[in-house]
Amino acid sequence: MSVIELKNITRIYKTGSVSVDALKGIDLTIQEGEFVAIMGSSGSGKSTLMNIIGCLDRPTSGNYFLNGEDVATFTKDKLARLRNQTLGFVFQAFHLLPRTTALENVELPLLYREEELSWKEIHKRAREALDIVGLSDRVEHTPNELSGGQKQRVAVARALVTRPDVLLADEPTGNLDSRTSLDLIDMLQRLNREGLTILMVTHEPEIANFAERIITLRDGLIIKDRQSVQMQASEALKNWKDVDEIEYENSVSL
Amino acid sequence: MKWSAVPYSAIRAMRRNTMRTILTTLGIIIGVAAVITMVGLGQGASAEVEEQVNRLGQNVVLVFPGERSLGGVSIGGGSANTLTVEDARALQEEIPEVIAASPEVRSQRVVVYGNQNWHTRIYGQSADYLQIRQWPIESGEMFTDEDVERASLVAVVGQTIVEELFEGADPIGETIRVRGLPLTIIGVLERKGMSLMGSVQDDIVIVPYTTAFQRISGRSHAMVINIQVYDQQSMEIAQQKITDLLRERHRLAPDQENDFTVQTQEEVAQAATETSRVMTWLLASIAGISLFVGGIGIMNVMLVSVTERTREVGLRLAVGAREPDVLLQFLIESIILCLLGGIGGILLGIFATEIIASYAGWPALFSTEAMVIAVTVSAAVGLFFGFYPAWKASRLDPIVALRRE
Ligand SMILES: Nc1ncnc2c1ncn2[C@@H]1O[C@H](COP(=O)(O)OP(=O)(O)O)[C@@H](O)[C@H]1O
Ligand SMILES: [Mg+2]
Repeated sequence: MSVIELKNITRIYKTGSVSVDALKGIDLTIQEGEFVAIMGSSGSGKSTLMNIIGCLDRPTSGNYFLNGEDVATFTKDKLARLRNQTLGFVFQAFHLLPRTTALENVELPLLYREEELSWKEIHKRAREALDIVGLSDRVEHTPNELSGGQKQRVAVARALVTRPDVLLADEPTGNLDSRTSLDLIDMLQRLNREGLTILMVTHEPEIANFAERIITLRDGLIIKDRQSVQMQASEALKNWKDVDEIEYENSVSL
Repeated sequence: MKWSAVPYSAIRAMRRNTMRTILTTLGIIIGVAAVITMVGLGQGASAEVEEQVNRLGQNVVLVFPGERSLGGVSIGGGSANTLTVEDARALQEEIPEVIAASPEVRSQRVVVYGNQNWHTRIYGQSADYLQIRQWPIESGEMFTDEDVERASLVAVVGQTIVEELFEGADPIGETIRVRGLPLTIIGVLERKGMSLMGSVQDDIVIVPYTTAFQRISGRSHAMVINIQVYDQQSMEIAQQKITDLLRERHRLAPDQENDFTVQTQEEVAQAATETSRVMTWLLASIAGISLFVGGIGIMNVMLVSVTERTREVGLRLAVGAREPDVLLQFLIESIILCLLGGIGGILLGIFATEIIASYAGWPALFSTEAMVIAVTVSAAVGLFFGFYPAWKASRLDPIVALRRE
């Protein structure tokens, strides 16, 4: 069954007299359980597309069906519920609350759940989510005490903490080194195998190769949409060697 | 939605923005405290003036020498030499409504006791003066008509004299000197406090007017004649009779102006009351300005953080908060701020008023009206500028709010 179905979606930004056609007619269907990478050069409309799919922005024209329902007909409350439970969003710019601990940032979506959780349960789930992204030791740190990569992982934990059906991640590896990127992708692949549908924006082809489908945008249009042989991050991690290990081996062979 | 999360988020947000919280609260505190203090002091001063008007004595008429405009309160005047001791005596004897009349003569003199000096005012009065002023004796007694006749060297002193010359000890029977003239203290007056003109009334030595005229002041004419009238109903007729009698005694032709002025204490007091009312308004205006400045302060602090608040709203919406959830959080945050500020301001205002009032010797009065207005205005400013940006942000698409710069 198709989770996401976009029909001729356009998005025009109007700023004063200038208007930018960020999306010029996107048709796209995503099936449940897919792991899709969206590629394209900077300014090609990737973030704009993700925001629309994430119900954070509305298309200028076209139709968006989420689980078969037309999003345009949804009330504000229903949209809020979707953002809270169905969709998990990782922002390119993280958007963590400043001066607020990682744990509290991750707890945020749980506060707005429709069916109430006990504080105990909220803390537990937030810790689990931070555990998954490998930040159990940074629970009490505030964003300005975290590196770019760590902030990104807090943002991922926040997106996952409500156990959404679809994860929308805008350049989730943009600030990570290759080892941490692999860890994150490995985690996403595991979640994907458990049924999570993933849409991930990336401009790195190596990262895109871990997806099973790669879509390429240019100037607000899909120019390529292909199935790909999915590489397994766990395999890559097995053969992983740190830079200093490589240097060490090189020095031995010399 | 987890409801306990709403106040939780509000308090988190306040702790996160400690500076904003403190400054906003401070703005409200200062505005509210200023209003309460200013209005309280103004009203305290007015009440004190009213109280003093009552304390001036009842049914009192004052006769000043020369022409004085109504409400002109320059008591120091009395330069014209038109009132005599005989005038005072005649008023008391010939007008039935006048039950007491005391010709007054004042001098500023240094009074000596042992090696202590004190610069004070010496009043020459008749034996009835304390009755006219309704000023009780604390210990000892007032001098008598006989003392007045004989120009006895006796004195009745106020509390300031007791404190300054006798360091609080009982001065009865002691002798003080005025330019070498020995005066035996026979009575001590009860404390009277500040006068309408702000002078300390207890800083006084009262002697028989004969003694004052002959031995101390070097004057021959009364500066004021203090008159007590039988009752309130007789005041008007008494004033008329006093005027007629004095005109007759001074042989004034019908076309001639009075060479004296008859005033009731109420008329004298009116000017003072008017002054204190003006003061109250002045203080209230200053209070209003403080409130305004406090409000601007709150507004500034709140506006500075609008971008951050807008983004916070955007983020909360993006992770699934509904519009009312977010609004309630910011509303609660604003209410807590305003409550804290309001309560703090009231406490500080009461405290400041008490301190200043006790220092000035006024009663500390608190107007609930002023409190309500001050708290309402600051709270409205705080609420509006705390809540309005959040409300606007909550109506945006989440991504627009998040991107706000
Ligand atoms: N809020 C906005 N207002 C105006 N133009 C925008 C806005 N956001 C994006 N754009 C423009 O839309 C185009 C697509 O942007 P974006 O979706 O962010 O691209 P990408 O994420 O692929 O780099 C760009 O030309 C960008 O300048
Ligand atoms: Mg982008």
